[in-house]
Amino acid sequence: MSTQITESVGASTETNGSPTHGWGWLRWGWRSLTSMRTAVILLTFLAVAAIPGSLLPQRNVASDPAAVTKFARDNPDLYPWLDRLGMFEVYASPWFAAVYLLLLVSMTGCVLPRCARLWRSVRSAPVAAPTNLARMECHSRWSDTVPGGGSSTEESPVDVAQRVLRRRGFRVEARGNEVRAEKGYVRELGNLVFHLSLLVLLVGVAAGRLFGFEGRIALAEGSTFTNVRSEYDAFTPSVWTDTENLEPFSITLEDFEAKFETSGAKIGEPRYFNAALSYRTGTNPEVRRQEVRPNHPLDINETKAFLTGHGYAPVVTVRDARGDVAFSGPVIFLPNDSSYASDGVIKAPDAVPQQLGFEGFFLPTADIGEQGPYSAFPDAFNPQLFLTAFTGDLGMDAGSPQSVFTLDKSGMEQAMQRDGQPFSRALRVGETMSLPGGAGSLTFDKVARFANFQIAYDPGKEISLAAGLMLLVGLTTSLAIRRRRVWVRVTQDSGSRCTVEVAGQSLTRWPLDARDTDAVVAALRPGPLPRPADSTHEGHRR
Amino acid sequence: MTDPTMMESLSNLFVYSAIAVYSLALLAHAAETATRTTPRARATVTPAGVTAQEPPSTATMQTPRSARWGAVGTSLALAGFVLTLAATVTRGLAAGRAPWGNMYEFALVSTVAVGGAYLFFLTREPVRAFGVWIVALVLLALGMAVTVFYTPVDELVPVLDSYWLVIHVAAAIVSGGIFSLGAVATALFLVRDRAERRALSSGAPAPRGRYAATLPASTTLAQVAHAAHMFAFPIWTFAVLAGAVWAENSWGRYWGWDPKETWAFITWVMYAAYLHAESTAGWRGRRAAWFALAGYAAFLFNFFGVNLWISGLHSYAGV
Ligand code: HEM
Repeated sequence: MSTQITESVGASTETNGSPTHGWGWLRWGWRSLTSMRTAVILLTFLAVAAIPGSLLPQRNVASDPAAVTKFARDNPDLYPWLDRLGMFEVYASPWFAAVYLLLLVSMTGCVLPRCARLWRSVRSAPVAAPTNLARMECHSRWSDTVPGGGSSTEESPVDVAQRVLRRRGFRVEARGNEVRAEKGYVRELGNLVFHLSLLVLLVGVAAGRLFGFEGRIALAEGSTFTNVRSEYDAFTPSVWTDTENLEPFSITLEDFEAKFETSGAKIGEPRYFNAALSYRTGTNPEVRRQEVRPNHPLDINETKAFLTGHGYAPVVTVRDARGDVAFSGPVIFLPNDSSYASDGVIKAPDAVPQQLGFEGFFLPTADIGEQGPYSAFPDAFNPQLFLTAFTGDLGMDAGSPQSVFTLDKSGMEQAMQRDGQPFSRALRVGETMSLPGGAGSLTFDKVARFANFQIAYDPGKEISLAAGLMLLVGLTTSLAIRRRRVWVRVTQDSGSRCTVEVAGQSLTRWPLDARDTDAVVAALRPGPLPRPADSTHEGHRR
Repeated sequence: MTDPTMMESLSNLFVYSAIAVYSLALLAHAAETATRTTPRARATVTPAGVTAQEPPSTATMQTPRSARWGAVGTSLALAGFVLTLAATVTRGLAAGRAPWGNMYEFALVSTVAVGGAYLFFLTREPVRAFGVWIVALVLLALGMAVTVFYTPVDELVPVLDSYWLVIHVAAAIVSGGIFSLGAVATALFLVRDRAERRALSSGAPAPRGRYAATLPASTTLAQVAHAAHMFAFPIWTFAVLAGAVWAENSWGRYWGWDPKETWAFITWVMYAAYLHAESTAGWRGRRAAWFALAGYAAFLFNFFGVNLWISGLHSYAGV
């Protein structure tokens, strides 16, 4: 193999003398930080640092918000230590940030000087040929008669070589009897664009982290959500989110449709979800409609609503001891298995003389198994509501906010049957249960569904997308294009004879592709092109 | 109109035929390796030191017998590739969608990608020496596909029903095929490189019977490995970016450190480290090779480990 020259910033910065005084240390530190070896090490650190977050549950990672609490319960000894190390918020932890910020600093320090050098080399002429061309790649040499015996009708070899190389897209310069040509500057440009895109990406990510928000809502059929913070079930603002001025809109879930596989091995697997929404924006009174499905969000001026889940919301009417309606409407029950067996509570604070509360579960396709009732299918083929009842004080006036999914039983008394067992009933649609002692009644009117929406606003995502495109284009360019040089030298021998030499140099990791030099040789050399033994054709592949 | 159940059976038939044909290809390649001889001592020892002369090409290591076995092996591998391709196409026709929606289908399509990458490289590089490993890898994937992962044709769950699935998964699988080739080249490079170093330090060429001695020169292997990684890396980058665009469209955030995303990131970073190590004086070659293998390990873990053991938003892939 012939000479192989790689231009690597690292190689030039890694050879440095030992530091002697204060400035020396600083310079040494900076050089080490911006060396290629440091880049490799920091990249490895980054990869390793990312691992624990994929194995341990993480706060703020969407899949299961309760996972960290569950881990803490299961591993009470391990949890505090891991928590102190930030293992449950790996991607927001200081040490993770330290690695990637250091990497970005190192990269900038490495790539900016390269930028400067690229700029200089683009503006200056291609490099002069080394004295000994035979030590370069793809070298050929032959002797020739001086063209045309000196007559001006024939092009000189220098002119021919210039023309050929120009046509092949080289930057060419002739100095006397020497042609210098270079091609593939774009590779360096690609490399710069690629590395700088990582900084742009950081800006995009930061914009989202600083100004965006994410929130979740659950909306039963027929209900309306208005985009203000207090209406969210969960709301994660960023540092500078303008929570008082969220995009003004309201959405109503008109209808939710779900279809499931009814036969075969994948029975019960979801096949189709569709949320039919009506919405209004700003102060515009016009009501518009849109269907939202997985992968088809609703986009209102950059604030987007994504369908992320669904469940059942039985519609009930509660009457109090006097027979007045104390509550009426859909109540969201949270699914807890893939067949949508769901848990929930119903509260009737307006009931007099005593408030009423109900606790129980809903089965869309109720069946009785060995363990008792269960849901056999996710669709509502045989919906039943199983409830127990409580009377007393719901504790809702105490001032502290209360979850709509739990019943505070401290001020309540469970309704009992005459035999001393807790009062409980299974209701089908249309059925009513009357509480013992005439405390009230509950009617299961019909089945409605609810849908979960993730609502997100990320003002940085366009920047990130632009960074992604820069990254891809820059990377592909820097990997696909090979920067290379070609030289042609004509030396006058005695009388009418001259020697022509052609050689090249690859500026990348791999040997020169012989096609450029071959083309020059073919144009200059009379007769067929033999493979001379002295030429080194190594990089013929690729 | 095509009959879906007929197409599904046809697809399965193609898969089993591919297993049979690839098994024969494995035997042929093994016979090729066994009958290949090492060139006689081409390293010349001079008093001043050792001048290691690389065998200029693999051709010198071929005997007429091994060349014949090699040709048989290549033809069989080509036939096996065509069969897996046919199995994929018929599976797609049976399902009425792009046939990469569950683990079985991923495994099947990845064998097409690995086989295709190998055959593509074979037209320009001396990679036939890898044939036995590539075929073994493909057989392993097909074997797992039919035993562990098999699932009948079905529709997709709604989240997967997106053209981004087609783009994102296709790019991931294509780059995976080329990464596999790169990983095989890298591993063989390490084997061969060690043998060459030993030969250099002991002053004698590697013993002729050694497996390493039948491999192409380490420079050739390094070149193939580097070419494969440079080719695959932008495609993998595209796959990750396409995944981010899809995630934005599906969940409202383009990056959420879901385990699948995290391991895609780890894979990407390890391969970036490999490319940097390749441009670092002193790390090129052997040391860089370990980064490439670590990247491949992360890639495989993302496919098997994360799908099977770690729950996340991506764990609907359906075994
Ligand atoms: C933030 C993380 C980084 C990533 C993801 C990254 C990625 C890459 C990739 C994919 C390449 C192409 C490899 C090739 O051309 O063969 C590359 C090349 C390069 N990187 Fe980085 N890089 C990072 C940080 C750095 C740092 C910190 C430095 C400086 C110390 C650096 C200096 C270079 C140089 C000089 C090249 C060109 C190598 C060549 O021309 O052969 N990069 N980088």
